[in-house]
Amino acid sequence: MTYLAAIREALQEEMRRDPNVLILGEDVGGTFGGAFKVTQGFAEEFGDRRVMNMPLAELAFVSAATGMALMGLRPVVEIQFADFITTAFDSIVQFAATNYYRWQAPVPWVIRAPADGGIRSGPFHSQNPEAWFVHTPGLKVVAPGTPADAKGLLIAAIRDNNPVIYLESKTLYRSLKGPVPAGEYVVPIGQARLAREGEHLSIITYGTQLRESLAAAERLAQEGIEAEVLDLRTLKPLDREAILQTVRKTGKILIVHSANRLAGVGAELAAQIAEDAFEWLDAPIRRLGGADTPIPFSPPLEDAYRPDAEKIYRLARELAAY
Amino acid sequence: MSESSLTREQKIELYYWMCLTRIFDDMMVAYWKQGKGLGGTFSQRGHEAISVGSAYALEPDDVVAPMHRDLGCYLLRGITPRRIFANLLGKATGVSRGRDANLHGMGDLNHNIIGYISHLPQSLPVTVGVAMSFRYRNEPRVAMTYVGDGSSSAGLFHESLNLASVHKAPVVVIVENNQYAYSTPLHQQMNIQDIAIRAAGYGIPGVVVDGNDVEAVYAATKEAVDRARRGEGPTLIECKTMRMLGHAIHDGAEYVPRELLAEWEAKNPVLRFEQRLLAEGLVDQAEIDEIRQRCQVEVADAIEFAEQSPYPDPETLEEGVYAP
Repeated sequence: MTYLAAIREALQEEMRRDPNVLILGEDVGGTFGGAFKVTQGFAEEFGDRRVMNMPLAELAFVSAATGMALMGLRPVVEIQFADFITTAFDSIVQFAATNYYRWQAPVPWVIRAPADGGIRSGPFHSQNPEAWFVHTPGLKVVAPGTPADAKGLLIAAIRDNNPVIYLESKTLYRSLKGPVPAGEYVVPIGQARLAREGEHLSIITYGTQLRESLAAAERLAQEGIEAEVLDLRTLKPLDREAILQTVRKTGKILIVHSANRLAGVGAELAAQIAEDAFEWLDAPIRRLGGADTPIPFSPPLEDAYRPDAEKIYRLARELAAY
Repeated sequence: MSESSLTREQKIELYYWMCLTRIFDDMMVAYWKQGKGLGGTFSQRGHEAISVGSAYALEPDDVVAPMHRDLGCYLLRGITPRRIFANLLGKATGVSRGRDANLHGMGDLNHNIIGYISHLPQSLPVTVGVAMSFRYRNEPRVAMTYVGDGSSSAGLFHESLNLASVHKAPVVVIVENNQYAYSTPLHQQMNIQDIAIRAAGYGIPGVVVDGNDVEAVYAATKEAVDRARRGEGPTLIECKTMRMLGHAIHDGAEYVPRELLAEWEAKNPVLRFEQRLLAEGLVDQAEIDEIRQRCQVEVADAIEFAEQSPYPDPETLEEGVYAP
C-alpha cells in the first residue's frame, strides 16, 4: 500500500468508527478530494457535512477546528501544503497549544500538513516546519516515514486528546509502498522504532529521510559497516529512552532530517545526547539537514540543499572511521 | 430599541449583576492602586450593560467566549467572585490555577465559557467553530463572543464572519466599540462610522445598539440569539460605548479628551439603569441599597478568599501541559 493510501485508510476507518471525526480543509470535499487526492471519494461516503470545504482562510478554519474540538468533536484539518500553516500559526501556538495548560479544556484536533520537498516544488511548497511546533509547549508532533506508521500514527493522533501536528511526507505519497496492517492499527505517539539494527553507528532520523537513511545503511552494509537506523516517528514528545539506548550501543551518532539544520530538531537531539550520554560517545555527533537557505527550485540547487542517501552514506562512512 | 419583555424580577436580576460587576471592578481597581495587585488588570467600567445584557440573553447550554472587558459575563455565567479574584492574584484557587493572568484564560466548560486569548480577535473563529459543532450535531445551541473596535481591523475578523456566514453558524458576535484600542482612537482605526455595516459584506445582519443601555443590549442580543437558534445564522451587534479608564491599570489614558469621558460618564450604564428602575417604580431606594450592600459583601468576601488562598505549588509547574 502506498503512503498516501495508508493515510486515506486511517481517515476512512476513523470516520466510520467515530461520528465525531470530521475533515476540514481547502478543496477536500465535493468530488475533488484535496490537492493530493487524499480525501477523494470521502464526500461521497460521508457527505459534505463531514468533509467540509473551507474558504481560503487557514487562520479562521484552524481556529474553528479548535472551537469544534473544545466541544468534543475530533476535527482533522488538512493544510494544503505544510508551508501554508504559517497563516494559522497564531491560533495553533497561542490558543490551541496553551489551552489545556491555561484552563484545562482539551483540544483534540489533528492538523495534517503535507511537508518536505525533493519534488521540485520551490520555496513555498517544500518546507519542513516541525521545529516551530516542537518548540511550542502543548503540541504533539509526529512525522511518519513508512506507510504503516502513516496509518498507525494518524489513528493515534485522531484519538489523542491534544492538538497534534501530523507532518506527512508528500515526497513519499506515491513513491513509497509498504505493508500496512489491515483494520485498527495504532502506533503510540512518543515511541521511536528501530528500523534497522547495527553496531558501528546510529542514524537517527524521521519522515522522508528514513527511506534515504535505510538506503545509505544498505550501501554501508556492503562495505561491512553496520548502521543502526532509529526512526523517531514522534518529534514531540521525543522517545528519550530509545535515543539513549542506540547511543549507548554504537557510540557514534548521525542525525538526519530534511528541515534546515540550523536550530532544527537535530540540534535539540544532539544537545540532549551530549548532556545525557556524553560518556558513551566515541565520536562527535554529526548532523545532516537542509542548508540555511530557502528551499530552492532548480534541481541542482534543491539537491545541494537537501540530504539524500548519497550524502548520508558519505558522512556515515566518515563517522564510522572516526 | 430599549423596549424589552423583561419582567420586574428579571430587571432586578440584571441590575444585581451590573451592580456586582461595577463593585467588583471598583474594588479591584482600588486594590491595584494600593499596590496590592499582581501584574496588570483590566477595568470594565462602562461596559457593564454590554457584558451583562448580552450574557443574560443566553441559555445555560449556550457557549460564550468573553474578553477582558466582560467581567459581568463571567459572573452572570456562574464563575464566582472568589474564583475570579483568586485568578487575578495568581492563586491556586483561581479559575486558571495560577496559569494565566487577570481575566485571561478564565475558561470553564462547566459554565460553557471559553477561556479568553489575548490575541484579539482570536476568540471569534474559535466561537464560530463552537457554533459549527452545534450545527454539525443538530443541537439547538448558540455561541457568542465579544471583540473590540480594534479587533475589527484584523483580517481574522473578516475571515471568521465570512466562514460563519457560509456555514450558517449559530453565532452572535458582539463588537464592543469603546472608541479606543489601547491609545488608538477610532478614526485612526477605521474610516467608517458604524462597524455594523461590515456585516453587509458577509450577508448577515448588522445591528447598532446603545451599549450603555442594558435593556437595549439584551433585546438586540435576544433577537440575534433567537435567530441563530432558528438556524438563520450569525448576527453582528455593535454596542457603542466608551472605555472609561485606561487600557489596563497602568495606563492613565491621558490621551483621551476629558470632555469625551464626561459626556459618557453622564451615560453611566449602572446608574442609568438604576434611575430607570426607580423612575418606573420597580424598586425603591431601600432595595437598591440592599442590592449594593449584598454585592459589596460578596466582593469583600472574594478578596479575603483570594488573599488567603495559597499560591500554586511550584512542583506542579509542568503538570497539565497535555490532556490525558
